[in-house]
Amino acid sequence: MTSDAFISIRNVDKFFGKFQAIDDVSIDIGHGEFFSLLGSSGCGKTTLLRMLAGFESPSSGEIYIDGQPMSEVPPHMRPVNMVFQSYAIFPHLDVRDNIAYGLRKQKLPKAKRDEMVDEMLELIKLPGYGDRKANELSGGQRQRIALARALILRPKVLLLDEPLGALDKQLREQMQLELRDLQRTVGITFVFVTHDQEEALTLSDRIAVMSEGRVLQMDSPTGLYERPSSRRVASFIGTMNFFDGTVSGVNGTSVEVAAEGLGTLRLDRRETAVAEGDKVQVAIRPEKLGISDSRPEGEGGRIEGTLENSAYLGERSHHYVRLDGLEKPVAVSAQNKENAIATADRARPIWLSWNEESLVLLAGD
Amino acid sequence: MSSESYIRRPNRPLQVYAIVFLIVLYVPVLFIPLFSFNDSIYVRFPLEGFTVKWYVELFHREAVWNAFMNSVKVGAVVSVLSTALGIFGAKAITRYRFPGRGPLVGFIMLPLVVPLIIFGVALLVLFSQMGVPLSLYTVTIGHMIVCLPFSIATLLPRFEGFDPSLEEASADLGENAWWTFWRVTLPMVFPGVIASLMLCFTVSFDEFIMAFFLTGTQPTLPMYIWGQLRFPQEFPSVLALSSFIIAASFAIVFVGLWINRGAHVSTIKGD
Amino acid sequence: MSDQTLSGASSSDMPIRRANWFARLIYRSEAARGFALLSPTLVFMLVALLVPFMILVVMSLWTAVGFDFDTTLTTNNYQQAAERPIYGALLTRSLWISGIATVVTVVVCYPMAYYVAFHVHRNKMLWLVFMTLPFWTSYLLRVFAWKVVLGYEGVINSALMTIGLIETPLEFLLYSKEAVIITLAHAWAAFAILPMYVSLEKIDKSLLEAATDLGDGPVMRFLRITLPLSLPGVISASLLIFIPTTGDYITPALLGGPDGAMIGNLIQKQFGPINNWPMGAALSIILMLVIAVICVVFILLTNFVRRRIS
Repeated sequence: MTSDAFISIRNVDKFFGKFQAIDDVSIDIGHGEFFSLLGSSGCGKTTLLRMLAGFESPSSGEIYIDGQPMSEVPPHMRPVNMVFQSYAIFPHLDVRDNIAYGLRKQKLPKAKRDEMVDEMLELIKLPGYGDRKANELSGGQRQRIALARALILRPKVLLLDEPLGALDKQLREQMQLELRDLQRTVGITFVFVTHDQEEALTLSDRIAVMSEGRVLQMDSPTGLYERPSSRRVASFIGTMNFFDGTVSGVNGTSVEVAAEGLGTLRLDRRETAVAEGDKVQVAIRPEKLGISDSRPEGEGGRIEGTLENSAYLGERSHHYVRLDGLEKPVAVSAQNKENAIATADRARPIWLSWNEESLVLLAGD
Repeated sequence: MSSESYIRRPNRPLQVYAIVFLIVLYVPVLFIPLFSFNDSIYVRFPLEGFTVKWYVELFHREAVWNAFMNSVKVGAVVSVLSTALGIFGAKAITRYRFPGRGPLVGFIMLPLVVPLIIFGVALLVLFSQMGVPLSLYTVTIGHMIVCLPFSIATLLPRFEGFDPSLEEASADLGENAWWTFWRVTLPMVFPGVIASLMLCFTVSFDEFIMAFFLTGTQPTLPMYIWGQLRFPQEFPSVLALSSFIIAASFAIVFVGLWINRGAHVSTIKGD
Repeated sequence: MSDQTLSGASSSDMPIRRANWFARLIYRSEAARGFALLSPTLVFMLVALLVPFMILVVMSLWTAVGFDFDTTLTTNNYQQAAERPIYGALLTRSLWISGIATVVTVVVCYPMAYYVAFHVHRNKMLWLVFMTLPFWTSYLLRVFAWKVVLGYEGVINSALMTIGLIETPLEFLLYSKEAVIITLAHAWAAFAILPMYVSLEKIDKSLLEAATDLGDGPVMRFLRITLPLSLPGVISASLLIFIPTTGDYITPALLGGPDGAMIGNLIQKQFGPINNWPMGAALSIILMLVIAVICVVFILLTNFVRRRIS
């Protein structure tokens, strides 16, 4: 295992009967990192989190936390705590007893315990809520109490299983900010499971995108967004336009691709290994495309197409542009500045433009 | 949602039927207390006058007290042991996947349907072959067979009704299985435990067939009644004793069922 | 959130310990945990249920010699049971009586279950409790109550005579098949309601609205939606009554008389006055087998019918 990794997941497989929930996953997570497992439901992210907590054990492979192998350590002896998706607030206890639940073993005097609970209530901004019963709490309050209950034990790792999933949109955004602040305050490693890509991008230092029990890509939010390594990752995070193409020349890291609809492009291959004649895909985000009524000047590529459809969203508009030789229209997302183009009321010619750095080369699949 | 929707609009004939049904369900049983206050040794109309002498007479009979104490002892032990085993069983059934779970549950639930006379004679044969004399202990074992399925059936919805992540949360917060049981599981299923204790006690207290085959020299209360049924002159006192048992059973069972009334509603997940 | 740091617990580092092999097995294997937890119950049931039953099977192959047993294995008892008409007749009568009692109970209880499932909105729990309450209380006394009601000088006869409708007591009330059937149906009603109620309650009410919307009147809707969907409840209610009543002892003993005697009484006699335990054991096994066969046939038949319908 790598020496600087705080959590190290080594070649872990997990079978439920014949179903393979986790397929040879290896992940290293650093100390104090906010790490997210992102994927749609059934991708194995929750299973992986539950293996970190100790509720499932790997069928093969090993998980190390702080250098210690974990496969034979039961949940109650692990230096991790979890915030459950349902929050799992004990309904027969009040808020204070919920938060102090894990302190029993430390045999603290009551005054000390109360002081710690009050401190936690302060931290989660619910001072004075100690005597409430669990069923008198809103979703957001339960979520904070679940956090406090875990954090009061000063775990080395905090595991969060879709903790914001049950909240409405506004509260969710507020809690995202608070969660990020909290993580910086307490400085411990957070492992966060979510299916919401925006949430993962907002919160995380690094993200592992999972699908069918495997890690597709592991990178920082910018890395994932700007340099997706596969079409699946690219389409899972945000929207992406894809163009089929063939490599027509390789020169160091610079590649020439004949792309359908766009013509010949020159772009940086980065980590993608390609040879001449390979089928590849070129991808570009809708907001990286410029759109104008007249032919744009300057560096970069440009092409003329037909503006077919627009959707006005206030601060921005989505335009759909038909290019010759392509079945699907190209999506363009343009900010509505003063020089914004008019939305399409009927098809009309339009120009698209781009910087070569915005193009992403994906190995064909 | 309106309760007056098309499907759910009131159905008058059905309502009358339901009320008649309940009356017919209870009335035959209510004749027992009615005649127990009748001042005649014959159970027949017209009633001849109010008396409590049959009760007073019972109260002074030592054999009744002995039988009563035997039934209470057996009932208490049976309810505690069955409920304890029921808690283990219900937790195992609801929380873990393991091979053969379905058939095993079916096996444990068997006494609910198989005629008890078969288990009664089977146990009788076992005890006699092993040379175990019949006593209150053998009755206790017989009653546990009868009560265990009820205990599990009472506790299962309780375990199903509470979020398994509560127990996981407890483990996650550092408590081992033992403490998790005392601090989370037991408080969560507590109404079910109380109900199971009360129902098992009543079932054992009232049970006849197992006791019929497995009782030694010390009769339980139903066995005592059975013995008295042969003597016509004892009929009124049997009625009085029966009235007492019926009243006590109805009260205990009603409280038990009422305590456990939320069993099919998840009390945890929703607000 | 606030800037304060956590002045937390003094023992912040939780000890990481390794468990012993047993704890390790329990922790690693979910099946092991399940079995471990179920084992006390299972062991008890094995010892108190399976073992006696096996001994019963063995004993049914013995022969009674006075107060002792000849332990050479023989199928004599079974041959006798097959040859002597009294056994077959009692068994047939038992099946017949409890079959009719089952049909009566299910038919009478179904509307009640339907009422509570569909038409009771407030105090539903109270209705359920009152419907099932008698089931938990003394079976012996509920049967005894019918003896009081149906007796020669019982409630019905003496009431009718007081009013002057009859001169002499009606004799057929007590000690007859009918008395046994009425009592069985009444005694098991509370047990029959629950499974039917549960399956009716589970029916999605929007299905009924859809059926109405598609043109079914109340009767067709009931026949095409409600009844088929509640069939599992009806089946389990039928089995739950039929199986235990076939081997019932108390009701025929108190109310049956010679005409209403059932196989349970005969089994008891073998272990009691007749004192032929091996024969009693054989009869118990036969009863079990017959019930099992009938149940399997019944389940197969209903499955077949259900598949034909859908």
